[in-house]
Amino acid sequence: MATPVNSPMVGKLISVDVKVGDQVKENDPVATIEAMKMYVKIYAPASGVVKEIKANPGDVVNPDTVILTLE
Amino acid sequence: MLEQLTETINSTGLLSLTPGNLIMWAVAFGLMYLAIKKGVEPLLLVPISFGIFAANFPLTGLMEPGGLYYMFFHNGIQNELIPPLIFLGLGAMTDFGPVIANPKTLLLGAAAQLGVYAAFFTALLFGFNIAEAATIGIIGGADGPTTIFLSANLAPHLMGAVSVAAYSYMALVPLIIPPVAKLLTTPRERAMVMKQMRPVSKGEKILFPLLASLVIILLVPKSAPLIAMFMLGNLFMESGVVQRLTDVSRNELMNIVTIFLGLGVGATMSAETFLKPQTIYIFILGIVAFAFAAAGGIMIAKIMNLFTTNKVNPLIGAAGVSAVPMAARVVHQLGAEANPQNYLLMHAMGPNVAGVIGTAVAAGAFITAIH
Repeated sequence: MATPVNSPMVGKLISVDVKVGDQVKENDPVATIEAMKMYVKIYAPASGVVKEIKANPGDVVNPDTVILTLE
Repeated sequence: MLEQLTETINSTGLLSLTPGNLIMWAVAFGLMYLAIKKGVEPLLLVPISFGIFAANFPLTGLMEPGGLYYMFFHNGIQNELIPPLIFLGLGAMTDFGPVIANPKTLLLGAAAQLGVYAAFFTALLFGFNIAEAATIGIIGGADGPTTIFLSANLAPHLMGAVSVAAYSYMALVPLIIPPVAKLLTTPRERAMVMKQMRPVSKGEKILFPLLASLVIILLVPKSAPLIAMFMLGNLFMESGVVQRLTDVSRNELMNIVTIFLGLGVGATMSAETFLKPQTIYIFILGIVAFAFAAAGGIMIAKIMNLFTTNKVNPLIGAAGVSAVPMAARVVHQLGAEANPQNYLLMHAMGPNVAGVIGTAVAAGAFITAIH
């Protein structure tokens, strides 16, 4: 089952800090967004392997945007 | 010959320098160091500290009626022109979305004004008169322009001290809020994840500044100069049709008046008005005000949770001290520390911007009650 990692709030995606195939544990930082002039780290909601990266740095992301998926 | 020489020497500032001037220069250099080396509110403290430095040269006439700094101070600050202009720019930067999505957060912004009143009553006990105590209390709102606005209205002789106290403590928000917040909440409360906010429509965002003006200015008419400009700036931004006015309000105009504000405030800090035991009390009371403001917001958030089903993380109450968006960032970090999956930033922006309005209203209420 793939777990989507969504942006928790509206912001600009600064970087995706993992690559496809990386093994991540729950609460590992996987991406950084900028909101209210602050860099906010996004942490993995579950452990798994990065399956697909769906957003690019510079994109405006909102809570419906899937940044990447874990499997 | 000798007479002429003495006259020349006397016309220089050298012999008229007082020890007080030298101490004020030390204060100015201290603030300059903090601003330039430590990055403490540099946009304000650089002009303020240079204003202090320049105003403490003898014989310049800078702060006498007609003098250059006097004009900045008298026309810009004493006549209450600049703080409302800054509010115009702030309005054009403020997103009321989080407040509209979760109107309960307005209450939390109001709750943080408890700090204002706590410091007000403590200042009365310290022997300040009512007008002075109100000016000191408003430091707790963590809002620079409002503090200067109220001080110009009620106690101009305290302006230098209260504004420097307000700006320095705002820079210290990341140090003041965490211990207060940790004392009043359990790790479990801090870890609480809040429900995703509903999206807010453009129509709502355009209506908000109009409705908010209606309610606030009718209830507290004396808050009008600040609130009316704040809401106008917000309408500029949300209407989406006056991009040029929005940009100039939040960039160029704001930058220009910031220079006059900083110099004017700095220039009020002459040795005679600043070097008094009062100033030390103001700094002590200022931090009391900040701590109580953060505590007030948290406690009201906890009480609110007893009665509502859609609970809030009590930490966001601490963002009710205005200091936008610093207080909200600090709250976000505290939440993430307790639980990495906890993203409080946007939720905390609600009480944060409500705190700006709350402080302006508190200032209006003080003016109504005391004038």
